[in-house]
Amino acid sequence: MLNESLDPRVNRLKLGAPGEVIKVEEGENWNVYEVFHQEKRGAHHEHVGCVHAPDPQLALVFAKEQFARRKKCVNLWVVKSADILAFDVEDEDMFANNLEKTYRDASGFKVMEKINKFKQTK
Amino acid sequence: MIHQAALTDLIIKMGDDELVQGHRNSEWTGLGPVMEEDIAFSSMAQDKIGHAWALYRILHEELGGKDPDRFAFMRAEKEFKCSHLTEMPNGEYDFSLMRHFLFDHAETVRYESLQESSYEPFRQVSKKLKGELKYHTLHANAWIIQLSNASEESYARMQTALNDTIALAAGVFEPSQEYEAILMEEKVYPGEKELYQRWLDRIYPVLVRSALNMPALDTIQPVLGGRQGFHTPHLAPLLKEMGEVFNLDTEASW
Repeated sequence: MLNESLDPRVNRLKLGAPGEVIKVEEGENWNVYEVFHQEKRGAHHEHVGCVHAPDPQLALVFAKEQFARRKKCVNLWVVKSADILAFDVEDEDMFANNLEKTYRDASGFKVMEKINKFKQTK
Repeated sequence: MIHQAALTDLIIKMGDDELVQGHRNSEWTGLGPVMEEDIAFSSMAQDKIGHAWALYRILHEELGGKDPDRFAFMRAEKEFKCSHLTEMPNGEYDFSLMRHFLFDHAETVRYESLQESSYEPFRQVSKKLKGELKYHTLHANAWIIQLSNASEESYARMQTALNDTIALAAGVFEPSQEYEAILMEEKVYPGEKELYQRWLDRIYPVLVRSALNMPALDTIQPVLGGRQGFHTPHLAPLLKEMGEVFNLDTEASW
């Protein structure tokens, strides 16, 4: 490799031209899989992390040793991260208005005054 | 009572295979191709050492053998009865994976057969290892199928690895001249010949799915000798390294 660096200890990776199309062959690029862990039968699967793998089967094989080696586990799910649909980060404000809906909760009703009044009449 | 010397011989062979294979596989720790695989392979190597320990404990507790640690780390090379397959250096990952695939299926059919053994400690140990072996063969199958279908180079490497390993793997099923008939008669296990057949039945479907060509069985000359204490030059350095820390102070308590 041609060493164009002024520092003789360092080799520089020559990047291709910016417009050049990079072709990725099938199986060449590993995928990220999200791993969900089930602690006991009937319990929810909980997200615990992710693994890199070329296909779902190997993802499950890897997940078993990454995430089920120490903790109790009865089953695992793996899901390709790319298959997960999520909201955009900037759309977080959609969830904000929920905070102002106390009238939907029992705590939203101010009844203590009435109760105290009732007690005084006794 | 079951023939003690015959049992001892069989347990030593099985335990030494596990110990030496486990040690070899542990040499990949930190060098695996990807982090996830490094962790999985190292973890399975530890399992194998655990299998060896379980077997050496049977020797110690039931058959008047030495303490498992001393038995593992203080024996002379010629007293080891591991197969040549397990002794071979790791080579590249293709060889190590193919050995893992062939060895772990051989191990699985053996331990499965012990579920019906007339020898109670064998029945217990086979029950205990069942889940681990299931994972080990699942892992091996997944890799063999993946790499055989990935690219021309990986396919060619897996086929070469199979060609290089098959005779060594067949050598795992070397019967004892002295004890084989006794062990079969006493229904300790079904015998090496039967296990060899069951092993072939397990590996065939995976090789077919991988489109790998099984070398013609009648041309294979199984590599024998390990069971009788004759070893490749690779075993002695392995044993030296494996026992290095233990032998610094054999009386130390850990």
